[in-house]
Parts: sequence; structure tokens; C-alpha cells
Amino acid sequence: MIRVNDLHKRYGDQKVLDGVDFSIQRGTVTTIIGRSGGGKTVLLRHLMGLESPDSGDVIIDGENLSRMGDADLNRIRRRFGILFQEGALFDSLTVAENVAFPLEEHTKFSKSEIMHVVREKLGTVGMTGHEAKFPAQISGGMRKRVALARALALDPDIVFFDEPTTGLDPVTKSAIYALIRRTHQQASTTYVIVSHDIRGVFSVSDETLMLWEGKILAKGTPEEMERYPDPIVKQFISGSPEGPIHVD
Amino acid sequence: MKLLAFFGAIALNVAQTARFAIEETGREITLLGSSLAWLFRPPFRFRQFLIQLDFVGVQSVYLICITGMFTGMVLALQGHIAMSRYGAESLIGGAVALSLARELGPVLSALMVIGRAGSAITAELGSMRNTDQIDALASMAVHPVQYLVAPRVVAATIVLPFLAILFEFSGMVGAYIIYTGQLGQDGALFINSIKDYLEPDDITHGLIKAVVFGLILSLVSCSKGFHATGGARGVGLATTRGVVISSLLILASDYVMTALMFKPST
Repeated sequence: MIRVNDLHKRYGDQKVLDGVDFSIQRGTVTTIIGRSGGGKTVLLRHLMGLESPDSGDVIIDGENLSRMGDADLNRIRRRFGILFQEGALFDSLTVAENVAFPLEEHTKFSKSEIMHVVREKLGTVGMTGHEAKFPAQISGGMRKRVALARALALDPDIVFFDEPTTGLDPVTKSAIYALIRRTHQQASTTYVIVSHDIRGVFSVSDETLMLWEGKILAKGTPEEMERYPDPIVKQFISGSPEGPIHVD
Repeated sequence: MKLLAFFGAIALNVAQTARFAIEETGREITLLGSSLAWLFRPPFRFRQFLIQLDFVGVQSVYLICITGMFTGMVLALQGHIAMSRYGAESLIGGAVALSLARELGPVLSALMVIGRAGSAITAELGSMRNTDQIDALASMAVHPVQYLVAPRVVAATIVLPFLAILFEFSGMVGAYIIYTGQLGQDGALFINSIKDYLEPDDITHGLIKAVVFGLILSLVSCSKGFHATGGARGVGLATTRGVVISSLLILASDYVMTALMFKPST
């Protein structure tokens, strides 16, 4: 279980997280929605242990990430799979080498065992036959799928997705969401997704949290969020230009 | 009042520049400390080290040979113009050898490596930072300093003395060709002059300089790339700053080391 207690983070004069509180149950798909630049990625980076909060705690299965040293953080990060916004595949490595990377770093598998896992994971995301290509030689959607294969390589307990469908066409978006659903059903891992693509994430989420001005403003299932009475939540979910949210 | 505002603005600018310089120095020292600490902690990144040894060292060999040769050729020509006025053409070999071993070998090879490899290191790490690849490493429980910085720093520090020797040798060959060919002088005079004037200390002190230069250029290049932000423009600026700062630091440290190592004879 992931538990976030009264998380605060400020960059210079800008208050980004202002007392964030929530918990995520094991094996669920939870989405964090909110405006662009509203601190969703910062919150996700705290959950992944890539940022330290000014105050507050991120507790994963009883272990407090906010008070861990490098060695303990690395130990717990081995349980994570992370899909970054642009994929963050290593340019200098091929598709197969990218997926093999975490296996080479953290397992004692032989080369043939690693290649077996790589082929299996690439098969799961529909990227069989592209093993020898470099990230620059494949499309944005394919890069996201390879990044997902890499994130799943170590069979993680928790997978974090940062804007998994940004910049993709509607068909590729649907394919990525279908992939998220399918891989989650296969492994019943905890998925945490950060996105502002409301319709897409509602199709895969068990629970949605809305981050607004540094706090969790609303929380519920997609159906509950659709009926949420708060006018800010209503406007954000409907995408209407009229309402309390003003475009800068 | 306007004069006061003018001097106030200058003072503020100087203070900001000084603060920026102190922050940058602090970051580089922290990175050096972190790199050194990670050198002795497993897993050892031997493959990454070999890749960087190839990139910084082996792939610079042609450039260093050509630059060294032209430098030696120019030195022989200029030396001849100056020394023939005093009938001292026989000293050209020694003068060229001393110049190359003490100064030009380590300094020019370092500057060439900055242009070829240092800039590429900054641009590569900067791109990795801006496309989340460095965060991806950290998120996979791989320490980015250990994986990316330490192998580059060690490889450059080890390989620079070898490149400096290669530069010096190529320079001597170039100077010899000009001395015996274009200038029509006796090659034995050239060799004897080197034997008479070049001391082992000249070579070892030059190599010590090369080690320091390798450390400086790799550390500055890595640091600028590692902390580059602001997309393509940020990477471009970081690369320019990396080249400028490492070049300046090399020239400044060259002066300090020269003053310490080579005492002027009285």
C-alpha cells in the first residue's frame, strides 16, 4: 500500500504541493489528474523517490521513502517500474538492450535467460520484431510500448506512468490504454498513472484523485468523479471553458 | 543619484556572478567527490570505462597526431627564423622538444580533447538529462554518477597523458621533417640537441599536467551536461560553457603548475 501524509514541496516562491494526503490500495489502478503544470509529475517523482519533500511522508508498504538513504531507496526502487512521459529510453541502446537493462543490472540471469524475458515482454506490448532497432528509428507510440516493456521487465510490484499517452494519436492512445488494462490484469500489480487525459484514464482506473492547487481536491471511482458536486471538478472533467477554472 | 544606481547595478551584477561561480564550483566539487566515492563501490562499470577509453582516447588519436605534427612543423619553422639570427639553428631540436614536453603537448592535446570529446560528453549527458534518461537510470536503482560520470572522469584522466605523449612524438616527427627537409639541416644535430636539453623531469612534469587536465576537462564537461536544463537551448548553452570553462581552467592551472614545477634558473 502507498500512503502519502501531508506532503509539502516548494520551488523558490512557488508552492507546488501544499499538504497532499491520500492512500492507494495494493493491486489497483489509481490515476492522479489535474491541470498541466499543477504538480502531478512532482507528486509522482516523490512517490518514486526521485524528489525529497520539504515535509511530509511517502510510505510504501510501511517504509518511509522520505527518510531513506541512497542504498535503501535503490532497494525499494527495484520493486518499481516507471514509464516516463517521453519513454526515456536510452538512445545509445537498441530496443532489446533497453528492455534487458534492468535485468542485467538486478538479476543473475544468463544472457539467454535475459533474451527470453526480453522477447516475452516485447511480445506482451506487441513489439516483437523490433529488437534490433534504436529508439530514434521507431515511432512515439512504439517508444511508449518499449518503455512499458522495460518498466515491466523485473515484474515490479508498482508501476508508475507519467502521462502515458501525451503526444499520441487517438488510435495509439486507445492501444496504450488497452495495453495498460491487459498488463494489469495479467500481473495484478499496483498501477499509478498521472495524466490529464480524463476520458482515457477513466477507462482504466479503479480510483481517481484530482490534484488542485497543491492539494487533493477530489477522490473517487470514475463514476463518482463524473457526479462530483464541486464546480472545479465538474468543469475539469467536462472540459468546459466556462466555470471557476480560468485559462491563463 | 543616477551614478549611485549605476554603481549599485554593477555591484549587484558582480555579486550575482560571484554567487553563480561559487555555486558552480560547489557543484563540480560535489560531483568529483561523488565520482571518487562511486569508483570504489561495486558494481564496477568496466564496460562503460572501456567505451569511454575508446571514445575519449582511441578515437582522438588521428586528431592528436595531425595537430601534434603541424604544431611541431610550425615550431621548427618559427624556431629557425628566430635562432638563425644568432647562428643557433642546432638548438632547434631541443627547443621544440622542451616546448612540446613541458607545455604544448599537454595543453594542446587537452584543448583538442575538449573540442572533440568534452563537448560531446556535455551534449550527450545534457540530452539525457532533458529526456529523463538520467532519472530513468536512478529509477532503475542505478546511480547515474556511478554509471555515467565516474567512467568518463577515470577514462579521460588516464588517457590524457598518453595522448600528450602521442602529441609530443608527432610534433617531434613534424619538426624533424621540416628541419631536415625544408630547412636542409643535419638530422643528427636535431637529435643531439634533444638529448642535450630534454630532461626526464620535463616529460614527467608534462605528464602530471596532462593528468590534471584530463580530470578538469572530464569533470567540467560531465558536470555541465549532468545539470543541463532548458531543452535544446539549455544543452547548447551547457556545451558552450563546458568548453569555455574547461579551456580557461586548463590554461589557468597550467600557469599554476608551471610556476610550481619549473623554477626559473638564476
